[in-house]
Amino acid sequence: MIEERFDAIVVGAGMAGNAAALTMAKRGMKVLQLERGEYPGSKNVQGAILYADMMEELVPGFREEAPLERHLIEQRFWMMDDRSHVGMHYRSEDFNEERPNRYTIIRAQFDKWLSSKVREAGAIVLCETTVTELAQDDNKRIIGVRTDRRDGQIHADVVVLAEGVNGLLGTRAGLRARPTPDNVALAVKEMHFLPRETIEARFNLQGDEGVVIEAAGTISRGMTGMGFIYANKECISLGIGCLVADFQRTGQTPYGLLEQFKRHPSVAPLIAGSEVKEYAAHLIPEGGYKSIPQLYGEGWVVVGDAAQLNNAIHREGSNLALTSGRIAAEAIGLLKSRGASMSATNLSIYKKMLDESFVIKDLKKYKDMPPLMHTHSQNFFLTYPQLISKAMQNFVRVDGTPKVEKERASLKSFVKARSWSGLVGDAWRFARAWR
Amino acid sequence: MSCDTPVRVEDKLYYNRYLVDVGYPHVKVRPHTTPSPQLLALLKVCPARCYELNDNGQVEIAVDGCIECGTCRVIAEPTGDIQWSHPRGGYGVLFKFG
Repeated sequence: MIEERFDAIVVGAGMAGNAAALTMAKRGMKVLQLERGEYPGSKNVQGAILYADMMEELVPGFREEAPLERHLIEQRFWMMDDRSHVGMHYRSEDFNEERPNRYTIIRAQFDKWLSSKVREAGAIVLCETTVTELAQDDNKRIIGVRTDRRDGQIHADVVVLAEGVNGLLGTRAGLRARPTPDNVALAVKEMHFLPRETIEARFNLQGDEGVVIEAAGTISRGMTGMGFIYANKECISLGIGCLVADFQRTGQTPYGLLEQFKRHPSVAPLIAGSEVKEYAAHLIPEGGYKSIPQLYGEGWVVVGDAAQLNNAIHREGSNLALTSGRIAAEAIGLLKSRGASMSATNLSIYKKMLDESFVIKDLKKYKDMPPLMHTHSQNFFLTYPQLISKAMQNFVRVDGTPKVEKERASLKSFVKARSWSGLVGDAWRFARAWR
Repeated sequence: MSCDTPVRVEDKLYYNRYLVDVGYPHVKVRPHTTPSPQLLALLKVCPARCYELNDNGQVEIAVDGCIECGTCRVIAEPTGDIQWSHPRGGYGVLFKFG
């Protein structure tokens, strides 16, 4: 047994764990961080987009040294059917600013760097160590962890569970339920390498400018899902994800969807001639506000994906992970400075602070969005994209048909597919959930 | 576009780096005679195609190519069809990019 006792043990070295460990170490706390991968980042998978403001709060001046890919100047939303896409693009010179707001990153590289800051701040980071169990005393208080190293029981005043979406420890200890197939999505992703100039030419970029494409429609075969294409410096992250329950129900394969997405006429030219260097898969919490579990207890807090904190509408998983990790660490630091114990009552301050932050406020705003998208997936991901594509084609194709007739035909196709009450109901449900 | 285009998943896994923990599989399938619907679902949903039917119609797992997403856990752990844990420290998939 490691005889030393720590102020805090952080399980996991993803965004949430690194933010928590860094924040506590900076406050002078004695922190041990345990990571099962060979190095921090080797088990972490994300698209990935980094939001700079929250990172700036954690590591002031991070832009100078962090491995960043491209700052985003353009966002494209594509609604796709099998042969077309209807796009909404937002590109602005305002995003070519001195301190850009969003970047693409490569997680394995970024996490390794962020972990170096954790070490610099004085935390002990132990990799290649899988935590197998939480250690509890007779009163069910968490007093530390057990690992797969020999004599692996280690004690601490508080354990920060930043164990990711698969958070096994919390489930095994009965602190929270396992994610269910209808509140997690399975995403698969490939890294496509191309020369820098090719990427810049294909995406209309200069220098370190970047673009991301989020795509929905028939690419998910009627399942609740999204595709994405993110431009990095010398590679493109391309992937697609759908609810696990939908995969289970339909028998679609994730790699089958990925291949179709890659072959789509709107996508294929972007990645033509690329060399693929990695294939990854990851679960994404999609349940939103209603699926957030108990966030604290006697001697523990849970942060990030393990706490299902993900804003699926704004694609903010790692951002909420980072912020919840930092807030939990600040709460723990506050208790520590007051000499207060890490009891559930005292640790409830973490939830209060999180409730007051944008994390919970945003998740609350969209609390009805996941159920709506998950139960009406056929309409939102199949029927509407097809109808809208047809209407667009009808609008742009000039063939001698009077425009009044064209408009009537488009409208008729909508009513035929969804009926008036269906259309009004969908609009109403969507507006209410968005509100 | 056809849904049935064959995809060679093993080619995709070939890009990845692994440190295989020989003799210590982190996911195990409970012995069975007839597979449950949950186990059968894994044949298709597992993104690394770790699950295969053997000649007797039972579901088997080969964890070497596992990319540790946890999908099988979400589907088949509640029914007791599989035992799921993380690989031992340092083992399993090692993402270069993630």
